[in-house]
Amino acid sequence: MNLPLFMRDRDGIGYQATLLGAFTLAAAALLVTGDLVTRGPIAEREAEDLRASLTEVIPAALHDNDLLANPMRLPVADGPLTVYRALAGLDVAGVAFEVVGQGYAGPIRVLLGIDADGRVLGARVLAHAETPGLGDKIEVARDDWILDFDGRSLADPAPARWAVKKDGGVFDQFSGATITPRAVVDAIKGGLETFAAHRDALTASAVLQTQTDQQGTDARGTVR
Amino acid sequence: MTADTGSTPADQDGAERTDRARTDWARIARDGLWDNNVVLAQSLALCPLLAVTGTATNGLGLGLASLVVMVLSGVLVSAARGLITPQVRIPVFVLIIATLVTLVDLAMNAWLHDLHKILGLFIPLIVTNCAILGRAEAFASRNRIAPAAFDGLMMGVGFTLVLVALGAVREALGSGTLFANASLLLGDAMAFLETTLIPDYRGFLLMILPPGGFLALGFLLAGQRLLKRLPLPKRRAGAAAAPST
Repeated sequence: MNLPLFMRDRDGIGYQATLLGAFTLAAAALLVTGDLVTRGPIAEREAEDLRASLTEVIPAALHDNDLLANPMRLPVADGPLTVYRALAGLDVAGVAFEVVGQGYAGPIRVLLGIDADGRVLGARVLAHAETPGLGDKIEVARDDWILDFDGRSLADPAPARWAVKKDGGVFDQFSGATITPRAVVDAIKGGLETFAAHRDALTASAVLQTQTDQQGTDARGTVR
Repeated sequence: MTADTGSTPADQDGAERTDRARTDWARIARDGLWDNNVVLAQSLALCPLLAVTGTATNGLGLGLASLVVMVLSGVLVSAARGLITPQVRIPVFVLIIATLVTLVDLAMNAWLHDLHKILGLFIPLIVTNCAILGRAEAFASRNRIAPAAFDGLMMGVGFTLVLVALGAVREALGSGTLFANASLLLGDAMAFLETTLIPDYRGFLLMILPPGGFLALGFLLAGQRLLKRLPLPKRRAGAAAAPST
């Protein structure tokens, strides 16, 4: 054995420490390699996911831009909100952003598309942990309940009627699950209110921003 | 699927049997698949088992991911067994397993993204799957690389089969389908696996929820005990000893 002296005793601290260190180093090298190899594909998959969801809430016929290309950061009360704008030429045809409702088993993330007049273009649940078979009817794959929001606005129905039927509103609840649809209704109403409060910023500035983008060829990722 | 992937390495290993010291390949296979099955006999890895087996596809996905980790950890632990001293063996084993799991997690996120969205939460839990550390300690660290890999493969296949069986039972009773979304895991070529057993089935929620997992597992364990007893009376002694391991 041509090992250095401090490593010759396999029960000694030198051998043990070197062994652990060598394994840790090898593991770190493997992990770095793995991260570098998969980083690109993972980012692509996530962008694809987001694009697919955005297509669901903003009809492709409405806009001619890449929804992901130029997201806008809207400063709201609880941190900046990422808003994806659908542009037809220079006009904002609609916006999409994420709203969150507190469901029965944790947050329900909903992607909400709103047209320039403040009407719901579409809403889709991105992630939730509701009870399978009861609360999961909010997924469009399981039930068309969430399509009921299409075309709604803060004026239709009146604000007091933006609730599930049990609370005196117009939206159906599910038998056995009221908290879940209530959370989604509240989240969407909240999203519409956010849009109403920031309507000028959301619609007007987009036009200006698009003009700057067209001047600078590779301007991306607008941060306000 | 799993049975096919299992047979190829077994055949290759079988060819080496003559010029190597005697390794009881059949014994390893029977231990992994049945007699000393991770779930049925050792009652290990129940947390991921009960968590993901709402559908057969999910069970298959987590089973295959665990299988990959088991085989690779078996190989690495066996290869390094001459270096590792008893005092530091556990940290080294855990490090090897955790690294492998992270790599599998990254790879699935990049190339099996839809399945990763369903299973993503449970992949890191493979690290805590005591069955893998158990095999590293009990088998891989004491055997040559080929038997260690084969043991990992057989234990992994055994685990996968139980996951799929449990997932299939719960899915059939709970949602009335079988292998729903299998094309996400296996590609569109395997879409034919997706079957609706009971059209317009209203669903039996309990089976999808964790209590259904415990119920189905209970019946599965009872069934295995029965089967062990029925056909071959001479195996009775082995069957009685197995649960205690």
